[in-house]
Amino acid sequence: MTRTRRPLLPRPSLRFVPVWRRNLRVWRKLMMPSLLGNFGEPVLYLLAFGYGFGRLVGELDGMSYMVFIASGIICSSAMFTASFEGMYSAYTRMAEQNTWLAMLGTPLTLDDIVFAEAVWAASKGLVSAVAILVVASALGLVSDARALLALPVVFLAAFTFGSLALVITAVARSYDFFLYYFTLAITPMLLLSGIFFPLQEMPEWVQGLALALPLAHVVEIVRPLMTGSWPTGVGLHLTVIVSYGAVALVLATALIHRRLIR
Amino acid sequence: MTPPTANALADDTGAAAVAEGTRPAIDIQGLRKVYNGTSAVDGIDLAIPSGEFFGLLGPNGAGKTTTLRMLLGLTPIDAGSVRVLGMPIPEQEREIRARLGVVPQFDTLDPDFTVEENLLTYASYFGLSGPALTRRIEELLELANLETRRRARIDTLSGGMKRRLTLARALINGPEVVILDEPTTGLDPQARHHLWRQLRRLRERGVTLVLTTHYMEEAEELCDRVAIIDAGRIIACDSPRALIAEHVEPWVISLSAASARRFIADPATLPARMLEIADSWLIYTADPAAVRAELESAGLAHSTRAANLEDVFLRLTGHDLRE
Repeated sequence: MTRTRRPLLPRPSLRFVPVWRRNLRVWRKLMMPSLLGNFGEPVLYLLAFGYGFGRLVGELDGMSYMVFIASGIICSSAMFTASFEGMYSAYTRMAEQNTWLAMLGTPLTLDDIVFAEAVWAASKGLVSAVAILVVASALGLVSDARALLALPVVFLAAFTFGSLALVITAVARSYDFFLYYFTLAITPMLLLSGIFFPLQEMPEWVQGLALALPLAHVVEIVRPLMTGSWPTGVGLHLTVIVSYGAVALVLATALIHRRLIR
Repeated sequence: MTPPTANALADDTGAAAVAEGTRPAIDIQGLRKVYNGTSAVDGIDLAIPSGEFFGLLGPNGAGKTTTLRMLLGLTPIDAGSVRVLGMPIPEQEREIRARLGVVPQFDTLDPDFTVEENLLTYASYFGLSGPALTRRIEELLELANLETRRRARIDTLSGGMKRRLTLARALINGPEVVILDEPTTGLDPQARHHLWRQLRRLRERGVTLVLTTHYMEEAEELCDRVAIIDAGRIIACDSPRALIAEHVEPWVISLSAASARRFIADPATLPARMLEIADSWLIYTADPAAVRAELESAGLAHSTRAANLEDVFLRLTGHDLRE
């Protein structure tokens, strides 16, 4: 019966910018507690794991454990921040506050809105990465200016994780649903992607599994940049990250469209 | 042709709608929507001229909200066509919504923002900014009687204030068509009358208004024309006055059920039609004097009023409770 089929690929316009700015405006009101978390959490992680655990571990891959873990949590923190934003916050805007419904009374389309949410999640992931970079630099855990190149990679990765989170949001019926995703996807990625210990320590099949998921590839690019060397296989790593992000964005847009335009 | 008074009164709001003259602001043809094999909208044809205040009435589940959603591109159209301001839905929904104002049934104000920030943010979705917007926001705050509450958080506003702000927000882009889905539900009489006054003002400026409501006196008060929808079809469409003249007797006499039973026990051959609603009876008649004389001779308490749109509505859609 449907006469006009929606095009498969989303076609966001530059109108996504005001949606992004709306979220920024809200964030600025709650900026202090948010930034406190952004800075405080990595400090706690670095102190607890770095000092507490680092003394037992000594050196890993030719670097102190503090340096190893600092270059890891910059990736996992971006993943967590973007995922939270794409799930809890986006779900609130979609299902609780009807923010998106209000936007659909204006020239905005869902393509604009979903894209803006993914970019916003990426922006928050970037903020958390910058905070960690600042803390790590202050603690002397960063080798050289190459570390700045990690930021665009983290932004891209956070876009991917934000988009993946929006897919989950599109099918969620309540906040509880997000626990499945955290338990089945985020936590395994956190533990198996070389954040806290080298991926090479794991059995081969686990390594294979980890490399099938995006986070390990983010770490593979970011850790060398943070520790004063150039990453290898960047093309492959970026391809995995971008592919996950692109497929997730298309899927999230289609599912949210099906949910709200009915 | 557009009456000259409308032109004289037109300001930026809706001025273009007046200028565009004869083409209908909204043109719906053969519109259908099917959910799980059930028709929510089952072949609606409707043309709403520019500058008209139009009401969509119907019991719950009749298809009013679905029709409005299709006007906005929020519900895919299964069959038929919708053109708003001459442009087709969904192909040009972006262009259409740029010239439309929407007052949704449920509150969609942004709770993270103040009154003023809500207007500012909503304006940004239309790409509006700068000194012209600042002026516009001042006007709208004044219109909504919220100048002193501009920095108030949304959760500190009363229901009436929220509705006024929602209407103000819908007018931010100077829309030519404003769509209102049950805008006065839950408001007290004062707040409702305030909103009515604002809607009439928009009507005077040549804005096309489409309203759904459950309050028949509201539709009768405000609308140039109303359509009564039931089971996804338009079953009547005309001015409230014409509908009353066409579908019901001009006078209604009501009496309590106890009185009515005694009255019916002695069925007189009166020029009247009787209807039982809840605990009372209504007698519809063109000759109230004759009926009243009969009731008074039987010593029955009663009251008489003119027939209204609610009588038409009940006559056409029946008295069964709807979900």
